[in-house]
Amino acid sequence: MLGPKKMSGPHKTPNPHNIPWHRNPDIRGYIAQGLLAALIAWGLYVIYGNTVTNMEARGIPIGFGFLNEVAPFGVAFSPFIDFTLGESTYLTIFFIGIQNTIIVSILGIIAATFLGFVIGIMRLSPNWFVSKFASLYIEIFRNIPILLLIMFWNFAVFLPSLPLPRQSLGGDGFFLNKRGVYLPKPMVENSGAFIAFLVAVVAGILVIWGLRRYAKRQQEQTGKSFSGLLAGLGVLMVLVGLSALIFGSPFIFDTPTLGRFNLTGGIEIPLPLFSLWFALTTYTAAFIAENVRGGISAVSKGQWEAASALGLSRTHLLRFVIIPQAMRVIVPPSISQFLNLTKNSSLATAIAYEDIVAMWAGTALNQTGQALIIIAMTVLVYEILSLTTSLILNIYNKRIQLVER
Amino acid sequence: MKAGKLMIATFALLGLSLSAASAATTLEAIKAKGHVQCGVTTGLAGFSAPDDKGAYQGIDADVCYAVAAAVFGDRSKTKFTPLTAKERFTALASGEIDILSRNTTHTLTRDSSLGINFTYYNYIDGQGFMVKKDLGVKSVKELSGAKICIQAGTTTELNLADYFRTNSMKFQPVVYDTSIQTREGFDKGACDVLTSDKSQLAALRTELKDPKGSIILPETISKEPLGPVVRQGDDQWFNIVKWVLYGVINADELGVSSKNVVAMKNSKNPNIRRLIGVEGEMGRKLGLSNDWLFNVIKQVGNYDEIYQRNIAPLGLIRKGSVNALWTKGGVLYAPPVR
Repeated sequence: MLGPKKMSGPHKTPNPHNIPWHRNPDIRGYIAQGLLAALIAWGLYVIYGNTVTNMEARGIPIGFGFLNEVAPFGVAFSPFIDFTLGESTYLTIFFIGIQNTIIVSILGIIAATFLGFVIGIMRLSPNWFVSKFASLYIEIFRNIPILLLIMFWNFAVFLPSLPLPRQSLGGDGFFLNKRGVYLPKPMVENSGAFIAFLVAVVAGILVIWGLRRYAKRQQEQTGKSFSGLLAGLGVLMVLVGLSALIFGSPFIFDTPTLGRFNLTGGIEIPLPLFSLWFALTTYTAAFIAENVRGGISAVSKGQWEAASALGLSRTHLLRFVIIPQAMRVIVPPSISQFLNLTKNSSLATAIAYEDIVAMWAGTALNQTGQALIIIAMTVLVYEILSLTTSLILNIYNKRIQLVER
Repeated sequence: MKAGKLMIATFALLGLSLSAASAATTLEAIKAKGHVQCGVTTGLAGFSAPDDKGAYQGIDADVCYAVAAAVFGDRSKTKFTPLTAKERFTALASGEIDILSRNTTHTLTRDSSLGINFTYYNYIDGQGFMVKKDLGVKSVKELSGAKICIQAGTTTELNLADYFRTNSMKFQPVVYDTSIQTREGFDKGACDVLTSDKSQLAALRTELKDPKGSIILPETISKEPLGPVVRQGDDQWFNIVKWVLYGVINADELGVSSKNVVAMKNSKNPNIRRLIGVEGEMGRKLGLSNDWLFNVIKQVGNYDEIYQRNIAPLGLIRKGSVNALWTKGGVLYAPPVR
């Protein structure tokens, strides 16, 4: 039997020895919570069992067996996971879907953050034209439904304005046409040159790090500032150039060439990915810009005046005084914008980008009929993606919060 | 523990409601609500597309009108639910619609794993390819390396993969959600080729910006028997939909049309007399009135009338095709009404 001493929590009862265990409020609390948890678990189990029985009664068998079946349809875009028609299974399709959702989300988050910051700062610019342009941008993109924006960029802008593959824009391995963006793909030619290249890059990064430290100390001691990063980058270029001169080029480039229908070889960023990324970026950036503006406005006017009185230029004023304080206000609402962007990427199916909803909850669901399992797995993926994103950003948020002494 | 009791009661109710959903038969439920709920496409000329008055027209829509005419004696007691290819089976299995008449191909997997039954075929199709003329392509065999526009959740996706694999050719699918997006993608150059059932290609081609700029390649790479689908587990309803379809094909074979069906009441041919309910108890056996097919033929027409009204305008000629009657070199063959 559990002794009352063992279970005593923060609410200590005055004379525990005289009270029987079943009247101890702590133990009663645990029992009530345990019962409630068991009831919820039982309820979910009943719903699950009922659904499965009913679906089987209607001739819809449920099971995970289909995951190991060969997927009988093609996949166009999968940069990191190999797909072979006739060999890859439905499980591979699931992973390719997750991969493609992550790709567009990460690209979108990076670009939207950058663009959002630029627009947000422009919005507060003393220049009338610049600030009005930023307001116009925000008002236009914030007020259009995202699905419409995705279709607009894809069907009304990029597809009609870009040329067919035979008349691709660009040259020297870089091409742009109705089917996407094509870039040369670096491939390691001889491993000696590649190792030399890696050594040069690592050495260059060390030099940048050292120079930045030196620059900082120099500024603290003498007040003179110079950019350690720029100087370091110069050194890195020289090192890489030297290694290429001595050991030969580390890469050969696989350039895209025109085939019977399309460009083949190189790196292909298909137009649906490009359009989706563009739409998600322009849309989410409008919201992030508002967060940035709000964050900057939240910094008290005294800080601006104090910094100006020190003679800081506008760039330095923003970079060293205003933005660090504004970040505390900007980050929390921006986390939800990042989550929105990830979830909005599920509209990919309208323009034929193969994300998890289009390929897994769409094509795979239809070909197997396993709606229950497939939708549950898809929901789980979004849950995990969202929780991971907010976990990472919450850690960052903790770091930039006001340190109180 | 009041909350606990409440929860038990809630779950018990939920359990009951989940299992009690299919108590009444489909026919009783339809009679009670007063109309047939029919799942159709989001707009495909010739099969099911709203006309300028907003009424659905097409060979698939006519199945719905015919069933309504058989059940209520009034073809207008039909309501339509437009569905994408991806949504269609869930809509049927969940009871949202009574008939799925949405150019749906009959396959083994669909029969065995979706909880649905295919009745019979109202159009027998095959998959083909449409390309822009200026590419100079003459055969499907030349299409290796092409980007191919296609609609999600169709057998077309599977046939395409099979065909290219068999012939060791490469392709990149460009998969859209709806038929309209697929056409838009092809028209604006997101892909080189559009693949679908040939009848759909003919319909989509007429909607392109420049129909003459595209051609349909001669090859047919698959069998696509299309027909109305019902939920499993209600054999009476399954029989009604199946026999309405058999009925209009038999009417075509016996030469009974919407124009002569009234006069045919005086026919001496017992086959015709049974068909239109002057003799025998054919309708009763299905749970309908005996003039069920009379109403269908009077209000919707026989198979040939339906075909000529909807499919012929797409440029697809019935004579000599697989969709001709078995007596005329085709494969449409309906069991006798007796």
